[in-house]
Amino acid sequence: MTHLQEELKKLKIQMTEMAELVTSQLSKSITALIDGDKDLAREVVFNEKRVNAYELKIDKDCENIFALQTPVANDLRFVFATLKINSNMERIGDNAEGIAKYVVQSEKKLDENLYKIIRLSEMTDTAIEMISDVTNAYVNNNAKLARTVFKKDGILDEINNSATQIVANYIKTNPDNTIEALYLLSIIRKLERVGDHITNIAEEVIFHLEAKVLKHGKKSALLEK
Amino acid sequence: MFKLEAKNVDMFYGDKQALKNINLGIKANTVTAFIGPSGCGKSTFLRCFNRMNDLIEGTRMDGELLIDGRDIYRGKINVDDHRKKIGMVFQKPNPFPKTIFENVAYGLRINGISHKKFVNETVERSLRQAALWDEVKDNLHKSALALSGGQQQRLCIARTLAVEPSVVLMDEPASALDPISTSKIEELIHELKTKYTIVIVTHNMQQAGRVSDRTAFFYLGELIEYDDTTKIFTNPAKEQTQNYITGRFG
Repeated sequence: MTHLQEELKKLKIQMTEMAELVTSQLSKSITALIDGDKDLAREVVFNEKRVNAYELKIDKDCENIFALQTPVANDLRFVFATLKINSNMERIGDNAEGIAKYVVQSEKKLDENLYKIIRLSEMTDTAIEMISDVTNAYVNNNAKLARTVFKKDGILDEINNSATQIVANYIKTNPDNTIEALYLLSIIRKLERVGDHITNIAEEVIFHLEAKVLKHGKKSALLEK
Repeated sequence: MFKLEAKNVDMFYGDKQALKNINLGIKANTVTAFIGPSGCGKSTFLRCFNRMNDLIEGTRMDGELLIDGRDIYRGKINVDDHRKKIGMVFQKPNPFPKTIFENVAYGLRINGISHKKFVNETVERSLRQAALWDEVKDNLHKSALALSGGQQQRLCIARTLAVEPSVVLMDEPASALDPISTSKIEELIHELKTKYTIVIVTHNMQQAGRVSDRTAFFYLGELIEYDDTTKIFTNPAKEQTQNYITGRFG
């Protein structure tokens, strides 16, 4: 294995570790919300520092590989892709922290029935599955698996789109819980954005493997393939 | 303690001052790259470490050059013994017109070592360390001149390693080679640093980035900047260094 290959391997391991941490952060933040578990939420807020540390380390490693190893072709696209995946992972981490912070500050637990109607668990499970798929796609160089997340993102979009009306109806009948219900809507929005970051990551995996740019609407044409 | 250390080194070719007050320390088991435009003094400085400049008439050196804490220009120093500890690889591969085996065994032979098993083992170990063994193991008794340029250069590295130096100096070791051979030499340098302290002069900035831990930038006989290679190539402290590595001058 060449020196560059060793560096790229180390970079991939770092990125994978960060993805695992971010997945755990997201999963724990929603568990903390549903269970009203403030200790677990505090743990997520605390661990955000670790996510940030990974981001800084990976940024620096990418910079050094560019500066010292002058990667080209496939290697160049891999480092580029990893740099962008890094930013998206960090933003997912921020969203998990945002959810956890709400749990820490909230004074009352929301109606569990509302979680069911709004499909919070389904949304979370889908997002977690998407991160897992896109991470496996990154690790195993699997563009086909990366493409599967575009379709799954549709589920997050659909849940997000229907959430406004559900929350509005809930507030009408439960005016005492207005603030909590609005917070829940903002959490749904965060999960929707998590989905967008995951599709960005999938685009980067495909850019690395196939040198194709899927950003800004070019995705649909490829999805039909 | 530094493996190699220069203290206030000045060097003159006749009236012309080639090095001006160089101070620098090199740790053991690292790769250090000397970079800078032609005539900046980097090769002159490299050659100070094995006293090769002694061979050029009219040269004078002031200051101290220490290897393992010992000044190699003062006191009782046997220059030949000293050069055994300091291997040197040149720009152009210079194998002797002998067999591959004899090229590597040469350093042992001139030191009077003839124990067959020891010589055989040393030749094999050196060729393995130089990442050449697999390519030549069936042709050890063929002429070294029949090897490709890249193989000849690795043979010269094997010949250097056979006498077990602790420091290997390389003066543009890959500049006469094609990209694949260059990449093999670079990988080799990276592997060899676990056993040796390596100093390499290179005109190829990317090569300095790829192979070295520390980089020294020379300009007009002065050491402008010396730091970790990551620092030099991502955020050098001096504007001159920045201008040189980004190709704005030199």
